[in-house]
Amino acid sequence: MSNKQTVVVIGNGMVGQNFLAGLVNSTAKDAFNIVTFCEEPRAAYDRVHLSSFFSGTTAAELSLVEDGFFEQHGITIHLGDKAATIDRATKTVTSAKGVQVQYDKLILATGSYPFVPPVPGHERPSCLVYRTIEDLEAMVATAKNGKVGVVVGGGLLGLEAAKALVDLGLETHVVEFAPRLMAVQLDEAGGAMLRLKIEALGVTVHTGKNTSLITDGTSCVNKMCFADGEELETDMVLFSAGIRPRDDIARSCGLEVGARGGIVIDNQCKTSDPDIYAIGECALWNGMIFGLVAPGYAMARTVVAELAGSVSSFTGADMSTKLKLMGVDVASIGDAHAKTAGAMVYTYQNGASEVYKRLVVSSDKKMLLGAVLVGDASGYGTLLQYYINSIELPENPDALILPSRSDESVGLGPDALPMSAQICSCYDVSKGAICQAIEGGCTTLGALKAETKAATGCGGCAALLKSVMNSELSKQGFEVNTDICEHFAYTRQDLYNLIRVGEIKTFDALIEQHGKGLGCEICKPAVGSILASQWNDYILSDEHLGLQDTNDTFLANMQKDGTYSVVPRITGGEISPDMLIAIGQVGKKYQLYTKITGGQRVDLFGARVDQLPHIWKELIDAGFESGHAYGKSLRTVKSCVGSTWCRYGVDDSVSLAIELENRYKGLRSPHKIKFAVSGCTRECAEAQSKDVGIIATETGWNLYVCGNGGMKPRHADLFATSLDKETLIKYIDRFLSFYVRTADRLQRTSVWMENMEGGLDYLKSVVIEDKLGLCEQLEMQMLHVIDTYQCEWKTTIADAEKLKRFRHFINSDQPDDRVVFVEERGQLRPADEEERKHFELVEIA
Amino acid sequence: MLKWQDICGVADLQPNSGVCALVSGQQIAIFYLPKTDTVYAIDNYDPFGKANVLSRGLIGDIGGQPVVASPLYKQHFNLQTGACLEDETVQILAYAIRIANGRVEMGLMEQQA
Repeated sequence: MSNKQTVVVIGNGMVGQNFLAGLVNSTAKDAFNIVTFCEEPRAAYDRVHLSSFFSGTTAAELSLVEDGFFEQHGITIHLGDKAATIDRATKTVTSAKGVQVQYDKLILATGSYPFVPPVPGHERPSCLVYRTIEDLEAMVATAKNGKVGVVVGGGLLGLEAAKALVDLGLETHVVEFAPRLMAVQLDEAGGAMLRLKIEALGVTVHTGKNTSLITDGTSCVNKMCFADGEELETDMVLFSAGIRPRDDIARSCGLEVGARGGIVIDNQCKTSDPDIYAIGECALWNGMIFGLVAPGYAMARTVVAELAGSVSSFTGADMSTKLKLMGVDVASIGDAHAKTAGAMVYTYQNGASEVYKRLVVSSDKKMLLGAVLVGDASGYGTLLQYYINSIELPENPDALILPSRSDESVGLGPDALPMSAQICSCYDVSKGAICQAIEGGCTTLGALKAETKAATGCGGCAALLKSVMNSELSKQGFEVNTDICEHFAYTRQDLYNLIRVGEIKTFDALIEQHGKGLGCEICKPAVGSILASQWNDYILSDEHLGLQDTNDTFLANMQKDGTYSVVPRITGGEISPDMLIAIGQVGKKYQLYTKITGGQRVDLFGARVDQLPHIWKELIDAGFESGHAYGKSLRTVKSCVGSTWCRYGVDDSVSLAIELENRYKGLRSPHKIKFAVSGCTRECAEAQSKDVGIIATETGWNLYVCGNGGMKPRHADLFATSLDKETLIKYIDRFLSFYVRTADRLQRTSVWMENMEGGLDYLKSVVIEDKLGLCEQLEMQMLHVIDTYQCEWKTTIADAEKLKRFRHFINSDQPDDRVVFVEERGQLRPADEEERKHFELVEIA
Repeated sequence: MLKWQDICGVADLQPNSGVCALVSGQQIAIFYLPKTDTVYAIDNYDPFGKANVLSRGLIGDIGGQPVVASPLYKQHFNLQTGACLEDETVQILAYAIRIANGRVEMGLMEQQA
């Protein structure tokens, strides 16, 4: 066939997959046939965010493999088939199922397995580990029949696992052998602060505990006995006491392994056999195993470079970490324990706000050696840059951890970073690469992320990325133009504030005071929408009519042939047979094409302008009101049938949906807004794909925000849990008002939040904790809109002057002769160009 | 020779917006800016969307030219010339129009009227 060589990759975990993706994107991609073995039944998934499985993320969503990846790149993957042996003499890998593959180059990415201490009883039922999706499924099954869960191990992964047990609703304990939590990363005071915070979340922490036996319990399935004589009853024991490299396959084929495990590699990630490489957690470099994903990726890059014939070396990795453990920010950088000779330490401790920070600096106070942050890790990015790039510290290094009492910023400006500075450690993106991308035309955060992948891994560097971008853009003379259009040198948010503070009531007044020219189809509808959000006047009044898009001017949705569709409001999707008949009669009388919408209502198509008032007169007489399907405003609140009928329903989703739809109907906003309410966690209303989603639980309503279907789907984020109705509505009032005030034009809530500095946490701090002191204002604003609601169609058909516009010609009663229909499946639809020529056309009088 | 034909009263127009008139069997979009007492007349037919809708577009100015944006796919047409701003090969007709004594009049060539 070809003279291609064969690369075999054993293991399709995060690092194995990263290697494959790197190889097929490299210059070496055509030089190799690629075969990979994956022991698990599914291809690579995100183990870093494994605990999100318990807050609703599915196995499919955790996947790291794009659809069609293997097929597209001609990679053969043996799923659910473990590579069993390596014959180095014949260069053959044989799998458990008997598949044999010859290799030219072999990559071992076998990862690690959870270490289970050899405590008697560790193999008892309900003693589990935390590593694979199958492990998680076992945890879910075990938790169903239990009340208490214990995690053995108070390290990083152990606390992640504890979060999972809390999410599963178990009374949760953490048992740690060392005298403090996260003993590797934190010093004593940092560990103590973390313990305080974690216990405040309802987890019981036991430190300095040595488990000696697991046996039958009396109140629970298991009983743990400790060396100090104490006992703890539990239904589930979850071992998370560290990892061990999976080196058995290397060991049995005679590759060199470390005394305590790990496949020995050199700086090129080569094992003792020059045709075999090892990467990730199975590899032992310089006596060290790296249990983080970033060093594994760095090893993968090194081997890809090797295979592509360039020179690259793996020379160790920074083990600094920042993460959120059960909502608590924790970060550790470099020599956190001040083991370097002559190291000096600064600490800052604030018992009231439960913040602990520690800096370890060199004896001359010029270099940062390490740091610990608990409770507030906002300084992590800056400190890490000082550390990685050996940047000289300011004169008083303690200023870096002391709370700033003035406006003076002590953060490291992006200009201070060298071009080689690594901004994103997940994808190894340097400041230089980012600057290059900006020069190449990536002038928005989104474009920059797409081009460089920076901030798309853990996202920890997003704020830094943004400041680098802004600084570079202004340096390169880019004016970051955020003007809404040529008529106003302002953003939508600026315009909102000008209108609100200046109490401006019309477009003419606004453009006179703050703009120029006549306006255009960008600024006019945007200002029309702001005026409606703020003052809520009738949108077709003389001074506002010229601002509205055609859909708003005719209070209907224009279709391709210039006719309109009509959508009456059906709150919560609940409709009586009589009302349904009324809609049917109108549809029949005007020969409208009728279709059920995704928002649980009925859309009537093919209405000419002159028919709209007649149609609406009949709908209003039947008890309907405008559905605002034509506006950038609240569309629908979809609901499942809820506890009134459903066997599984936990709460009355329909009543809540109707109440919410009636509360927010008519609210004009930067873009359309969709809601849904589900009566239980089966989520039949698909609330997690909506701007505002609500799901009933046994303990109250869970609120999700900023979800999106459509072109770029986004799962909503869990915003608050177990709410009573009053609090729920308060939060939604504030959330919507804040969105209306601060979003860009035509920006859905999903994009709005993604572009918000601080993201979900910031949004929570504004809406729940009232960080900006705005909540009262936001609630008042919403109340004003609710109090001034009117059905626009009702107002319009009562006004003879307004109705004059609803005719095709001002000087004739003839209809538009281009509007012609043909019949299909018993209904009318617009004729296409061919049909206009050849078929008999149905004209409607 | 232009002949001015009466179309409608100024009160029949929509301030800062458009209406459609039937003139000699043709659909004409008429736009009215009360601030400067200006009227414009162009074809109502949108050659991109292939529908009679231009009178329902938003009006404004782009780089100083008075324009309407098609309500279907948002192309801009110059209200004075009928030229499309996005595609110079596309041109619709613009018509002579004026306000005289509270009436709106279109100027038609003698033989058309």
